Order: sequence, then C-alpha cells, then structure tokens
Amino acid sequence: MTEKVYARNVEALKSGTVIDHIPAGQGLRILRLFQLAEYRERVTVGLNLPSGHMGSKDLIKIENVVLSEEQANELALFAPRGTVSVIEDFAVVRKQKLAIPDAVEGIFACPNSNCVSHVEPVQSHFSVRVTEHDTKMKCKYCEKVFSKDIVVDVR
Amino acid sequence: MPNPLYRKHIISIPDFTREELELVVQTAAQLKAAPRGDLLKDRLLATCFFEPSTRTRLSFETAVQRLGGNVIGFADGANTSAKKGETLADTVRIISSYTDAIIMRHPKEGAARVASEFSTVPIINGGDGANQHPSQTLLDLFTLQETQGRLDNLTVAFVGDLKYGRTVHSLAQALSLFGARFYFVGPEALAMPDYLCEELDERGISYSIAATIEEVIPHIDILYMTRVQRERFDEAEYKKIQGQFVLRADMLRSARPNMKILHPLPRVDEITTDVDATPHAYYFEQAKNGVYARQALLSLVLNETV
Repeated sequence: MTEKVYARNVEALKSGTVIDHIPAGQGLRILRLFQLAEYRERVTVGLNLPSGHMGSKDLIKIENVVLSEEQANELALFAPRGTVSVIEDFAVVRKQKLAIPDAVEGIFACPNSNCVSHVEPVQSHFSVRVTEHDTKMKCKYCEKVFSKDIVVDVR
Repeated sequence: MPNPLYRKHIISIPDFTREELELVVQTAAQLKAAPRGDLLKDRLLATCFFEPSTRTRLSFETAVQRLGGNVIGFADGANTSAKKGETLADTVRIISSYTDAIIMRHPKEGAARVASEFSTVPIINGGDGANQHPSQTLLDLFTLQETQGRLDNLTVAFVGDLKYGRTVHSLAQALSLFGARFYFVGPEALAMPDYLCEELDERGISYSIAATIEEVIPHIDILYMTRVQRERFDEAEYKKIQGQFVLRADMLRSARPNMKILHPLPRVDEITTDVDATPHAYYFEQAKNGVYARQALLSLVLNETV
C-alpha cells in the first residue's frame, strides 16, 4: 500500500480571508485592483493550483483582513464561482456569498478613451446588468455599454 | 405642485419619463402658437460651448432671449480657463454661482453628467461628445407630434449613420416609450449598435433592417435621414456605398401623404435639393422647431409652472 502524500497548497492561515476558486490568471489582477497588498498584512498568492472542477485556479490568502460585502460582490465580476471564507483561529467561521453587484464604483477605468471620467475629479461608476449571455456594464458618465470582460481587461 | 422638470438637470434622454417628454412637446406647441416673452424675465443663463456649434448655440440663445432672459457665455473652449488646465468641475462651480442655469456643449462624453455633480444650478446638455444631445431629440419629438398628431405607434425609418449618429440613438430610445416600428437603412459598417437593439428588444419594439430607402418608403410615417461621413470609410469603400443612401424626389412617389422627411442637419448630399420642394420635406421647419422645443425645456426647468 502506498502512503498517500498530502501537501498543503498554501500555508494555513490563523485569521483573515481566503479567496478561493478564482479563475486561473485572475489572481494577480484581483490583488492589484483591490489593492490587497496595501493593507501591509501578509498575503499569500497561489497561481495555477490544481482544482477538481476548474482544472486550475488561483487563490489568495490575506491575514487579518475581512472584505466588506461590497468588495466581495465586486470580486464576483472576476470570479463568478469564487468563494470568500473568513478564518478565525485556523477555522472557517463564515463564508461570504458572492453576488454580482448592481453597480461598481471606482475600481475600473472606463474603456472609452473619450470618457470625461478620465480627466475630471470623479470616481468611475458602472451599473451592472446580467443578461442571458453576458454581463454588461454601463458607464454612468459616457453612457457607453461594455461587455464585462472588456471593462475588466482595461486595467 | 411644480412641474416634474423644475430645477432638474437635462442630461440624457433615458433620464426622461414618457410624461416628461410629452410635457415638453405640449409646452413647445403652446409656445409656438402663442409666444411668451416673460418666462425667463430677469433670468441670466450661461451658454458654455467648449466645442463650437453654430445651430445649437444660436438656437438656445434665441430661445432664451425670446423668453425675455439674458445670456452670457463663450462659443469656443479655446480661449477659456479650460485651456489653462482647469477642470470642468471647477469651471462649472464658478459659473453656476453667476447664473440661473448653464447650457453647455463639450467634446468629452459624460461632461454634462460631471457638470451636474458640481453645479448648484440646472445643467442643460447641448451635446457631450458622441453621447447625448437631448434638446435635439425633444425638437424631433415635437416635430413628430406636429406633423403626425401623435407620438404613439409611429413607423420610422432611420437612414445613414446608425452607428455613430447620437440623434438616431436618442430618438429611437425616446420613441420606444411610445411603441414604434423601426426600419434601419444604412451601410453594414454603420449599423445600429447591439446594446441599443437589445434595449429595443427588451421594450418589445419591432425593427428590421432594409437594404434600400425605396423599399421602406411606402410603409413609413417618418423618414429620418442622417449623413454618412466620408471620414468613416477608406476611399474605395466610400465609393461603393456613395449614392446608395441618397434620397431623391423621384423616390417619393409611393410615399404616404402624411410622410415627412426629417434630418438633424447639416445636410451635405444625402438629400438632393429637388426634395426640398416636395410636401414631404420638413427638415427646415424641424430646425425652426428647435427654438420652440428649447424654449419649452428652459421654461419648464426655470419655472414651477408654465
């Protein structure tokens, strides 16, 4: 009988947040857009980790930080099947449910280069609408409608 | 109770309800029938045109002065503090402390919406880049009401540049509140954007794409012509489509008697001049209606009741 070798993908977390089931390739972008490194807390990032149903996935662990409901929902735009677990004393105490938000403020830049939001002292603002085939984002200022993937790719 | 547009910013057609659009149209008709020289008495309005526009600016300034109001402003952003690098937000904060309302045109999309967030007085959008030009749509609606006696269930063909034509987009959005049947006629490269077609689908508006103007003429109440700009195409491509979306008088034989031709102007060669003398041509009257529609809009924004 062969001994089953089990290795943790990423070091265990005492308290903080684990963002799991991020589509492979989106991990670093989430880190940057949500400025997760700016908390000055220890952040562990796993890229291209093996995943049963996703093939491969990215994962982020951040110590001593809990995401707001709003931030968690904004994450849903990148990781529709993502999970956000709040950890206390090495145990999952709560799983935050992700729901695509109705609006997103200040995270993305408008893909329209002639949009006034690039040059005026305002925060970008998109209303989000989920359609049958796509998630659409409409800029409050230039009123242009973009497929979510285009907005997410800009920055 | 004050009218629903009193002290409101006028930024974008999708902000309007059906009732508000009807109110502007009715007020425009009243002011055309019985001019009022007192509705903006003792009011000072600014026309801030960061981008030049002859017709829109003069039409707004005419509207203000005909209603007894006064105007300050500029016709070109080149000589303003914007040129020195001042943000629009700051410019608007200052000008709104001088005047009762600001009418503005700006080359950037979304400029009027930004202005409305920093202004203490109503902002009237006179065009923000390729985005919105609501007073044009209001004058178009007024002209539809005037020529057809109704706004409900009209059959309208839009011809020309349906991709970049903001007047086409806004009018289609506005008419979708009244039930309508649309035909889209134009080069494939300048077709109606998907997001607009989806909006129409959601509102249950039926539309179809037609290859030529002739085939839609017998079926429509309104032929809304726009200019296909040469610079959108390379020379060879332009040659291919040139002439395809041009309206000539001999094409109008099968038109319904009530059918009117509209055009936001300036026209170049997409309507030949022999059309001007036909009973269907209405684009010059439409341009004149711009003053009444703008009078109506300004009166409603600056008076509790009109």
